[in-house]
Amino acid sequence: MKEVAVIGAGMTLFRRHLKETGKELSFLATKMAMEDSGLEKDDIDMVVMGSAPDAFDGIHMKGENLIDGSAAVGKPYVRVFNGGGTGVFAPIAGWWHVASGVADICLVVCEEKMGNCYPHPQTAFRHIWDPILDRPLTPNLVWLFAMEMNRYMTVHGIKKEDIALVSVKNKRNAVGHPCAQLADPNITVEDVLNSEIMAWPVNRLDISPPSDGAAALIFCNRDIVHKFTDDPIYVAGTGWSIDSTMWTNRDLYFPRYVAQAAKMAYKMAKIENPRKEIDFAEPYDPFSYKELHHLEGLLLCKKGEAPILTREGVTQRDGDLPVCPSGGLLGVGNPIAATMGQKVCELYWQLKGVAGKRQIPGDPRIGVAQAWGDIMQMGTVILLRRG
Amino acid sequence: MVKKKEYKEWPPYAPGTHVHESDISEKKITFTWWEPEVQYSWSLGPAMSKFLMGLKEGKIYGIHCKRCKRIIVPPRMFCEYCFGPTEEWVELPDTGIIETFSISYLDPDARRIEEPILVGVVDLDGTPPHHGFMTYFGEMTKDEIKIGMRVKAVWKPENEREGSITDIKYFKPLKGGED
Amino acid sequence: MTDRQVCVIGIGFTNFNSITPDIQWKEIMYEACKKAYVDAGIDVRRDVNSFITCAEDYWEGFSIFDEFVPDQVGALLRPCCTVCGDGLFGLANAYMQIKTGHINIVAVEAHSKISDLLTFGDIMLHAFDPRFERPVTGPVERPNYGGSPEYTPEAPKPLVGSSDEKERIHPYFMAGLEMQHYLKTTGTTEEHCAAVVVKNKKNAFFNPYAEYEAQISIEDVMKSEYLFKPVKRLDISPNVDGAICFVLADDRTAKNLGIEPIYLSGFGYSSETPWLGTRGMNAGYATISAKMAYKMAKIVEPREEIDVVEVDDRFSFKELQHLEALGLARPGEAKQLIEEGALEINGSIPTNTSGGSLGVGNCFEATGMQKALEIVMQLRGHAGKRQVANAEVGLAQAWRGIPSGSGAVAIFKRG
Repeated sequence: MKEVAVIGAGMTLFRRHLKETGKELSFLATKMAMEDSGLEKDDIDMVVMGSAPDAFDGIHMKGENLIDGSAAVGKPYVRVFNGGGTGVFAPIAGWWHVASGVADICLVVCEEKMGNCYPHPQTAFRHIWDPILDRPLTPNLVWLFAMEMNRYMTVHGIKKEDIALVSVKNKRNAVGHPCAQLADPNITVEDVLNSEIMAWPVNRLDISPPSDGAAALIFCNRDIVHKFTDDPIYVAGTGWSIDSTMWTNRDLYFPRYVAQAAKMAYKMAKIENPRKEIDFAEPYDPFSYKELHHLEGLLLCKKGEAPILTREGVTQRDGDLPVCPSGGLLGVGNPIAATMGQKVCELYWQLKGVAGKRQIPGDPRIGVAQAWGDIMQMGTVILLRRG
Repeated sequence: MVKKKEYKEWPPYAPGTHVHESDISEKKITFTWWEPEVQYSWSLGPAMSKFLMGLKEGKIYGIHCKRCKRIIVPPRMFCEYCFGPTEEWVELPDTGIIETFSISYLDPDARRIEEPILVGVVDLDGTPPHHGFMTYFGEMTKDEIKIGMRVKAVWKPENEREGSITDIKYFKPLKGGED
Repeated sequence: MTDRQVCVIGIGFTNFNSITPDIQWKEIMYEACKKAYVDAGIDVRRDVNSFITCAEDYWEGFSIFDEFVPDQVGALLRPCCTVCGDGLFGLANAYMQIKTGHINIVAVEAHSKISDLLTFGDIMLHAFDPRFERPVTGPVERPNYGGSPEYTPEAPKPLVGSSDEKERIHPYFMAGLEMQHYLKTTGTTEEHCAAVVVKNKKNAFFNPYAEYEAQISIEDVMKSEYLFKPVKRLDISPNVDGAICFVLADDRTAKNLGIEPIYLSGFGYSSETPWLGTRGMNAGYATISAKMAYKMAKIVEPREEIDVVEVDDRFSFKELQHLEALGLARPGEAKQLIEEGALEINGSIPTNTSGGSLGVGNCFEATGMQKALEIVMQLRGHAGKRQVANAEVGLAQAWRGIPSGSGAVAIFKRG
């Protein structure tokens, strides 16, 4: 296997509505990544696009529509799609393009235009449900998360105050991020608990917003990385796993599919004690309780222990295990696939020490990013390490 | 290749133009509009057809996977654990326990409502733990509903049933002594 | 690890039928996958390391089709993903996964359940750029949300495929434009394209799973009505349902399983610009993909070295256009090849021996897999009456259909 390094990353603003089209957003993110790495279009061998439901952009086969913005005209181009897991899965696909030896330099672009779906992207979410068992009950996506959050809270006896701490931490962390949509330096637990209740136990400030945005990453073969940097950031491990479509046939309190994906990635990275060996984490946090749920899924703490770590400040930027130092989805925004920007790109920037106001102190060497997708099914995990 | 751009912080800037909802509804920005004609008619296959026909008759059917020794509901023609075919239909009781629930102040179109909807997953009797389907809960208040509560199905009258998951109106609390 | 070779150890497929009302999409996928695992002699729940499905949401009718995949392919709690592309794109990614050295056995599945989709033309139209290309075909504006430019309460007029009517035009008009260009630049005639239809539908008689076999003549094709002049009704592949699954493995695993491998020795895929107005009409994607595939498979003289070919023929002229784009015929030579019978099963470049999409049916994202399926069956010597003698090297090529400019090529070799 060829070792794979990341040599450039870029991302756009994340907002509920951006004026640019999907093609233009892809271009802006790709341009920043190319500035970072010093590459031109002809240097890129293959391109991977990650983008979530076509229904948001309103274009069938939307991967085809985004070819020009992704510097992929005349090149091998493929679109991968794992629902919400795409944010970390697209880089995994980029990794295997280079690790297989087929490409020397692979560009990964993720784009999302949720704002195109009018009046609200919720309407596209109506079609993720099973048409026979779930859709006739006319469910709302928030119900699904509320049911999982309830199960998680009940099994471990967790209080809403502990979960609200995650929203507070992440929205405050996002203040240091130029692309952030919902950064708030003054938010408190009371604000979260008093915010409008959507579907108990989920309040408005527990949810990340839909956003438009794009992100890009450039992977390169270890053999040529010296042309671009003296301080390469390598992909240490990748893992992905999916659980059954029948979500009503599973106990939702623990994301076993994330644990499977994490085990696969840790094995590849030769990590035996994740809590000790990993310096920081960017788990997927579309809802506040999901950060805790996923921390346990990533085997970074025992089941039910994540709220305790949060309460004790361990997961703050200056804590022992910083979690979502970028501000996560709750703070920066949730453009489904483009969350690669604040998950994997953030790992890259933190490891390089260029994360500015978001930089975690000390000398981080290994970070883990995770995304989650489909209908409580998909876990995708990637580890980046310095040197 | 070109020379790398040296910035002190990454991301160095945030490209993209923020526009607001009002810019769209007041037509201050140029946009184009499309509503696709999207219609599907999924064939149900043997398992789902039997399940829905069963609901029309007021019965809940599960299917047996002999290798895994579990009764699966909602039923399917193959078992995802052992990847083998399932066989033998089993009629299940219409009682169970609440696996999880939510108290929703949003109706299905995400509009706010005063009286909350109670929705969740029922874990049916006669199946392994955590086997059931999504349903509404009724005849209980939001303070009474809890995980582990025993519940029973309330069906639509026979002439109103269509062979759909909505033939079960909701699950209500099962008091001791009821069957 | 990059000196590992990738080979096909199992294939499975269902019959191809114009409608499949008796089974759900899950069951059609299950059937193909189960057959593939039996063919490979493996226990999917224990042996397969990774799964890839090739599907597009709008063909299936779900916002995230990836959710509805794992159970029926055996991927419960295993690495599984969806590639939004043709089956050959899935095979290419499976190849790369195996070459990383971390994954040994990959199952790739693709299917078509297009009969579930009632508004096929409208969905294909939905793939055109909404800003500059869709409005050309005629508007669909019945929105009832605030902010829409015009509101019309009636249902939209149906899409039609006749150039006389000025209603809403079916997106297949793009095929008409391209065929017009191809005929003009190469001097090929409509009769040559009709000969492709005759050949493929005849070949389909020898293919047990094909749906649209027919004994017709060039006159029959020429008499069928013009839908998108010069494309006629019989020039178009009709839609079909079906599923195909391949199991790929590295060569060492194949050897341990005692299987005679068919090697996936090279692949290529490429995309042209999405802008219809600036795209060339010469199947450039096929040329670039073929170049990448020939390089990987170390093929220097494709015409000499390749024994059997399956190219995308969802419109009859595309078969000839693709043969030239792939370098298997010189520009303008394909019409001679079809005239001389060189493309027949016993000819010098047997093309679409399975019947192609014209004989089997248009199976959308499974098209490339259907092509690959035929090549593998030919190389294994299991193609029955349509067997090409001494087939050692085969090429499968697919296009993603209107309005895309993407396509892929895969080259298989017998061990």
